[in-house]
Amino acid sequence: MLSRVLGLVIKEFLALLRDKTSRFVLIGPPLLQLLVFGYAATYDLNHIPYAVFNQDSGFASREFLGRLQGSPDFQQVATITHESQIAPLINNKKALLVVNIGPHFTRDLLLYHPAKVQVIVDGRNSNTATLALNDFNSIVLGFDTHWALHHEWGHPAAQLVVRAWFNPNLLSRWFIIPGIVALLMLVVTLLVTGLSVAREREQGTFDQLLVTPLTPLEILIGKALPGFIIGALEGVFIILVAVFWFQVPLIGNLLALALGMILFLFAAIGIGLMISSLAFTQQQGLLGVFLFLVPAIILSGFATPIANMPKLVQDLTFLNPMRYFLIIVRGTFLEGDSFTNLWPQYWPLALIAIFSMTAAGWLFRHRLQ
Amino acid sequence: MNLQRLRGLIRKEFIQIFRDPSAIAIAFFMPVFLLFLFGYGVSLDAYHVPVAIVVDQPSPQTSAFTAGLQQSTYFTPRFYDSIEAARRALMKRRVDGILWLRSDFSRQIIKGDTASIGEFINGEDANNARILEGYLQGVWQSWLLQRATAHGVALTVPVVVQDRIWFNPALRSRDYLVPGLMAVIMTLIGALLTALVVAREWERGTMEALMASPVTMGEILLGKLIPYFLLGMGGMLLSVALAVWIFAVPLVGSFWILLICSALFLLAALGMGLLISSVAHNQFIAGQIAIIVTFLPAFILSGFIFDIQSMPPAIQMATHIVAARYFVSILQTLFLAGDIWPVILWNSLALLIMSVFFIGMTLLRSRKRLD
Repeated sequence: MLSRVLGLVIKEFLALLRDKTSRFVLIGPPLLQLLVFGYAATYDLNHIPYAVFNQDSGFASREFLGRLQGSPDFQQVATITHESQIAPLINNKKALLVVNIGPHFTRDLLLYHPAKVQVIVDGRNSNTATLALNDFNSIVLGFDTHWALHHEWGHPAAQLVVRAWFNPNLLSRWFIIPGIVALLMLVVTLLVTGLSVAREREQGTFDQLLVTPLTPLEILIGKALPGFIIGALEGVFIILVAVFWFQVPLIGNLLALALGMILFLFAAIGIGLMISSLAFTQQQGLLGVFLFLVPAIILSGFATPIANMPKLVQDLTFLNPMRYFLIIVRGTFLEGDSFTNLWPQYWPLALIAIFSMTAAGWLFRHRLQ
Repeated sequence: MNLQRLRGLIRKEFIQIFRDPSAIAIAFFMPVFLLFLFGYGVSLDAYHVPVAIVVDQPSPQTSAFTAGLQQSTYFTPRFYDSIEAARRALMKRRVDGILWLRSDFSRQIIKGDTASIGEFINGEDANNARILEGYLQGVWQSWLLQRATAHGVALTVPVVVQDRIWFNPALRSRDYLVPGLMAVIMTLIGALLTALVVAREWERGTMEALMASPVTMGEILLGKLIPYFLLGMGGMLLSVALAVWIFAVPLVGSFWILLICSALFLLAALGMGLLISSVAHNQFIAGQIAIIVTFLPAFILSGFIFDIQSMPPAIQMATHIVAARYFVSILQTLFLAGDIWPVILWNSLALLIMSVFFIGMTLLRSRKRLD
């Protein structure tokens, strides 16, 4: 049995790697995407482009604007002198916010009246707008505290002292890059498995495979192993890049991460083979891959939190292997989770793997045209 | 170019489409399915965030503060007896943050000092953490304001910010995510429709039969492009209808401009699919390339969810080769801001260049030649 499976595995590897384009597609793009996405996927704003409309000639507004100019989060792109200039700047996306300081800013402050600052924000991307406003508010808060202290305004009754756990500087890269590990591993395994049975069915060689002495279990192992080996190798490499290139701390148990990877790979391979053996043509297989891949990534908690989804969609995500693996990767990377914390993630992955592998093996024989 | 031959090719393609209904499923089922799932599922608006509250020594002052949290729909406050219990809850991800009013909170306020409120947040999801931080700051500020009004004094804050949010005053993230999702979904559909069709003809040997006939390569490609363009536009119209009527995203700009821009984008997406198909000559590899170059780049590099201006300059340059980037910009502007010509014209021009490039490259790559 072993030699039969081995023969099949070798044949599968040949089918995958024989062609130069195919070899390249499996290795080049995922690694390139890791680098590009690693830098691209961030919610942290820097260089928020803003314009200033300062109608006040006093020193207070200059001091206030100095704080904005000194902040690395903001970058001034224009100084305007008339209200009519605001709309084109925002509309054409030249500036994300426009700071409008009224003519009595310094006078109000010196008279101990609250001085008003108007900010106009481009709300087209509401998340960016919220974050930019938050950043602007912290600058105002800093100015307020400083001003109140030096001009005897009295002090607030209470202040917030904020501390963030696990990711003290709130770098969204620390959150996103472990997610990209999961993302690319899923894509690579689906690349290997998603069309492999469909191709053989379309070309008729799968029927030939079925009349050989190979049992469905042996075919399953033969089809799954290449995906597992390629997925695991690339997964390990991606994790190394995350740790050594992007400097994301990996403080948890490596074996706990490895177990998660193995279970996730089995689940992803199982689903890939299931899709592949459901399809009669490669066109159908490709459609199936996308119909799984896209929701699996968008509804995994990779970019938007699962907690924000409606209840029904949240329940659907329990079927998604990405959901569990993301918690495992992020938990081991940032929170130092070990086996006991992650048990609730392991068993659903194992369940998905067993179910999808069994279904794929069954479909080999029972879905003939 | 011979119209009769072209008509024949188009008819043949349509017959093939109806034989294997997966193309129809791609054009009509996929946008509805994905838009429904994501329109409801994808949101960056956090409501009912579980927050632990620890009050060491309850007093009128502390309950005045916590009342603000309890009234807000942004939070689901949970009270814990000790900071240790709250920390354990944060570790177990039962709560996303902790507010800690220490035992000297009331005493310091009465004395006229500044009391400090401890705020711990789970920073793992940094974006969510920042949003939560903003929410809690809002609670704190409105508490200060309330105290000031109750004591009959003006709020002693030097600078007051008045924000005006244009185009999306309620900051509903769905309003910009749904147009962005349409661009991602149309990228997939465009590529999926055409990525395999030329490769299939090569693989099955029917391309050679076509070559032996008098049809030109341009006619073959047009014969592929037109049917799938019509299917894709059908899918696009369906998505617009869903966005406007189901998800109540306002369409401020003109529908006809939207239609023209969508046509341009679809040409670029279909052209990319055709190019993949004619480069690969083999459905398996074409499928693999399609998986790699369509979804993730459109998802991550289009500005649909991650802001392009926050990316490093080199990556910003790289986003220019992603057609979805231009379409996301057009869609978000047309839906939320209206017909803003500079945005629309520049991005449409980019889309036009991309479609010409992809279709031209396909023509160049597809010679009547056997290899």
